[in-house]
Amino acid sequence: MIIKLAVLLPFLMAALIPLVHKHIKREHIGWFVLAVPIVLFIIISSFIPKIADGNTYIHTLEWIPSLGINFTTYLDGLSMIFGLLITGVGSLVILYSNFYLSAKELLHHFYCYLLLFMGAMLGVVFSDNVLVLYTFWELTSVSSFLLIAFWHHRKASRAGARKAMVITVSGGVAMLVGFLMLYAITGTFSIRELVAQVDTIQQHDLFIPALICILLGAFTKSAQFPFHIWLPDAMEAPTPVSAYLHSATMVKAGIYLVARMTPIFGGAETWFWTITVVGVITLFWGSFNAVRQNDLKALLAYSTISQLGLIMSLLGVGSIALAFEFDEAATPIFTLAGFTALFHLINHSTFKGALFMMVGIVDHEVGTRDLRRLGGLLPFMPLTFSIALIGSFAMAGLPPFNGFLSKEMFFTAMLSLQEANVFSIGSMATWIPVVAWLASVFTFVYCMIIIFKTFFGTYHPERLDKEAHEPPFGMLISPFILVALVVLIFFFPNVLVHYILTPAMASVYPTLPLQEITPYVSWWHGFNLELFMTLGVIVLGIILYKTKRYWSYVYTFIQPRNSFNALYEWVITTTEDGSQRLTNKYMNGYLVHYFTYIYIIFVGIIGGYFVLSGAFRFDPSNDATVETFELMVVCIVAIAAVALLFSKSRLTSVFLNGVIGYGVAFFFIVFRAPDLALTQLVVESVTTALFLVSFKYLPDIKPEIASAAQKWRNGIIAVSVGSLVTFIGLTIINYEKFEPISRYFEDSYELAGGKNIVNAILGDFRAFDTMLEVVVLFIAGLGVYTLIKLRNRKEASDVEDK
Amino acid sequence: MESVMVILVGVLVAVATYLILSRNIIRVILGTAILSHAVHLLILTMGSLKQGNVPLLSDSEGPYTDALPQALILTAIVISFAVTAFVLVLAFRTYGTNKTDDLQELRGNADE
Amino acid sequence: MKINDVILRTVVKGVVFIILTLGMYLFFAGHNAPGGGFIGGLVLASAVVLLYLAYDIETIQKTMPFDFKKVAAVGVLLATGTALGSVLFDVPFLSHTDGYFDLPLLGETHLTTVTIFEAGVALTVVGVVVTIILSINEEGGE
Repeated sequence: MIIKLAVLLPFLMAALIPLVHKHIKREHIGWFVLAVPIVLFIIISSFIPKIADGNTYIHTLEWIPSLGINFTTYLDGLSMIFGLLITGVGSLVILYSNFYLSAKELLHHFYCYLLLFMGAMLGVVFSDNVLVLYTFWELTSVSSFLLIAFWHHRKASRAGARKAMVITVSGGVAMLVGFLMLYAITGTFSIRELVAQVDTIQQHDLFIPALICILLGAFTKSAQFPFHIWLPDAMEAPTPVSAYLHSATMVKAGIYLVARMTPIFGGAETWFWTITVVGVITLFWGSFNAVRQNDLKALLAYSTISQLGLIMSLLGVGSIALAFEFDEAATPIFTLAGFTALFHLINHSTFKGALFMMVGIVDHEVGTRDLRRLGGLLPFMPLTFSIALIGSFAMAGLPPFNGFLSKEMFFTAMLSLQEANVFSIGSMATWIPVVAWLASVFTFVYCMIIIFKTFFGTYHPERLDKEAHEPPFGMLISPFILVALVVLIFFFPNVLVHYILTPAMASVYPTLPLQEITPYVSWWHGFNLELFMTLGVIVLGIILYKTKRYWSYVYTFIQPRNSFNALYEWVITTTEDGSQRLTNKYMNGYLVHYFTYIYIIFVGIIGGYFVLSGAFRFDPSNDATVETFELMVVCIVAIAAVALLFSKSRLTSVFLNGVIGYGVAFFFIVFRAPDLALTQLVVESVTTALFLVSFKYLPDIKPEIASAAQKWRNGIIAVSVGSLVTFIGLTIINYEKFEPISRYFEDSYELAGGKNIVNAILGDFRAFDTMLEVVVLFIAGLGVYTLIKLRNRKEASDVEDK
Repeated sequence: MESVMVILVGVLVAVATYLILSRNIIRVILGTAILSHAVHLLILTMGSLKQGNVPLLSDSEGPYTDALPQALILTAIVISFAVTAFVLVLAFRTYGTNKTDDLQELRGNADE
Repeated sequence: MKINDVILRTVVKGVVFIILTLGMYLFFAGHNAPGGGFIGGLVLASAVVLLYLAYDIETIQKTMPFDFKKVAAVGVLLATGTALGSVLFDVPFLSHTDGYFDLPLLGETHLTTVTIFEAGVALTVVGVVVTIILSINEEGGE
């Protein structure tokens, strides 16, 4: 229950912001918001000891029980890691942005979106029901869209936001399809129950399609090749957002999904190959492209892509462990990869968050983040430099920082492929480690670029917008906390392993014995291949960095027009043009034409099928008796309706409409619906009054100007629609294939405490309809009000202008 | 009775369709109003007519007439009232801005 | 909009009370007899509209100082609030409960949360209907 409130709290606060922001000073709103992630972080941390003891917490709130959709929160080791990341990095980012964003910005919008994101992201990691997970998943896409487009006056921001939205939401929809396939196989939406039915799932024909659909969702969200193109463009967002969403949390949702689904899909050949190969390609392509960037933030974006690829490929290798029966010798070799993935996930969040904040500081203090204009900042910004140094060295995999530990383990994991005797790996067992190693070399090169191009070299004050100096103290707090973690994790990794990583391993590999698969992390393993690989990375990296200007011509082979970006642009523009051309063909602005299309299609398809299937039946034998006075009212209503067609004045028309309305009320009385009759009488009176009042502002009806052919055409359409409805109606009266469900409602007194069945249905059985209906009514009222009032205000302002 | 009612519904639907297809905005609105009347009657008829007592547990003994269509119609009546009100205001605001109530003339610019 | 009609006003004075009482009756009767939130709300709204027709807007606003938009908003909040409220008691969304309470003066009374929900419905109906008609009328006043 506490976790549920934790998910809801950011949403509640987001809703509160518009209310309070008028009453407190703009600068203070960030401090007010900061309380949310800090409180949540403390709450979630308080569960750490219990989770470390192997407990899990489940709480279910029935949402739509009849469809199996429940808002179930599930707190275990894996969701714990993410919960801590989301709230922890969230606190630091909000603290940082209090100094980063000036009070002139629309801060209440910014924090509202940020809280929305935080709540959605917590929802993703704590949901056990996949449909609820999907809802929150898309909500993170939406809030990311809003945050990327925060400076929406800039074209690049809007384009970047749209790109991120299009790619991640399409992936999300694919994921939804995958979830529905899983539901079709198992009949449950709950992840825990899916894990329990893993044998059924793996035998099923839909296994591979579901797997691919879900991976599409994970790959688009986590910016895996070739869907990575949205992430560099998303860097148009304010830097705190990039640090938070686009490096520490949202892009890791894909990782989360893959880790969460490993117990279900792990061990399958397709799962292993897709994730590992895509991950390794992303790893290489991201680091290779990061080196060529001139914008520090774009460099970090590509580096994030590359690191996400690294984690993804580790999860791929780790899934091998589930492909064979538990074996004390062989299994831990592969579970190490899964373990490293989780470990690196945390490490990456610490050092990449610090680096993003460092870039934000540089950008904020000197006014540019272009590497061609930066240089020699070390004497002016020593504190910022130390952040950059620690962050970059950790990313490059150097001791004494946490990146070194996970990088060594990464090499071990990749080399372990050679011991795998499943999935006919063959020569790929050599190629994958080689590519991974090459990617690490490029990683080393761009880490050097970050440090040396920014802080060493010659200082060119004329190229900078502002004179370089240290930022305000507050801006340094958050990155310093993060780099402190970078160092602490290196020295005390096994504290983290015990409290955080071990329970998470239990979620990823629920079937394996926990003690056997959690390694003891140490920084010295002797002179083994991994150590030489690291040394090779350093040597080759330094050589490549020094000689960069001689080999960087290779990047000219990658033409912008051949890239995936160009493909994306092409798809977007062609579909836009195409749909516009198609739409213009039939949407010509004449309302009459639109109605005609609708009616013709209605008569054509439904009527055509009706005739072809020969469903028509007419059997008045079961009908209730017809009294003479009822027949008279029927005739009156029919005559009034037909007369309406020929009425020349609007008063007559409204009068005739009233006659029909009261006639209907009469039928309600006869047919034993007193509630309806009462309502209909009052509504009809009010409607008639409405018509009369609004006639003050409308001209009288002019006779229809239409050619005889047009009138005939309309007449034929009208008669065919009318008769089709009649025939279908007559057929359906005698349709007795289903039992009526209304017997159920007759127990309304026992079930709902009401003796008026109709009202019991409205207020209780189907109260959801009624609630939304009230909302619709309210919106209609608001619509009327604004239609009238807004015009008046606009005219008033026009007068002022004159 | 049911057959008679369905035929009446058919007549109402035909009239409503013809009105909706006309060019005058008031006639279109009247058409939608009549269409909703027709639909209400159709829904009520589908629950079969005069087969039971008023659906009030306190006033009468069963069997009761089908209460579900009645609840649906009650919702529909109120919604159609709201929609009619909104469309009416929309219509006279359109007229106030564009000085025409002819839908043929309201088609907007070709390049939109 | 000034209508100076003594007969209309005198009749309205009497009739409005009858209509208001009827509206309240219908609202409360809804649980066990014909009536309910929608009908009650509509009848109440028609009483208010009648008052506006007989008197000018200023007079009515002095005697009934409500902003009917806000009445409608309160109604929507009540209806959705009862729905959400059930979640706080750890039962599915929109669950209702009822019970018999011994109240002073009234004796044993049957109270249900549906009544709160229905009150929301009725308030929304009153607010929206009056808002619509008043807005249209004000359009003419300008």
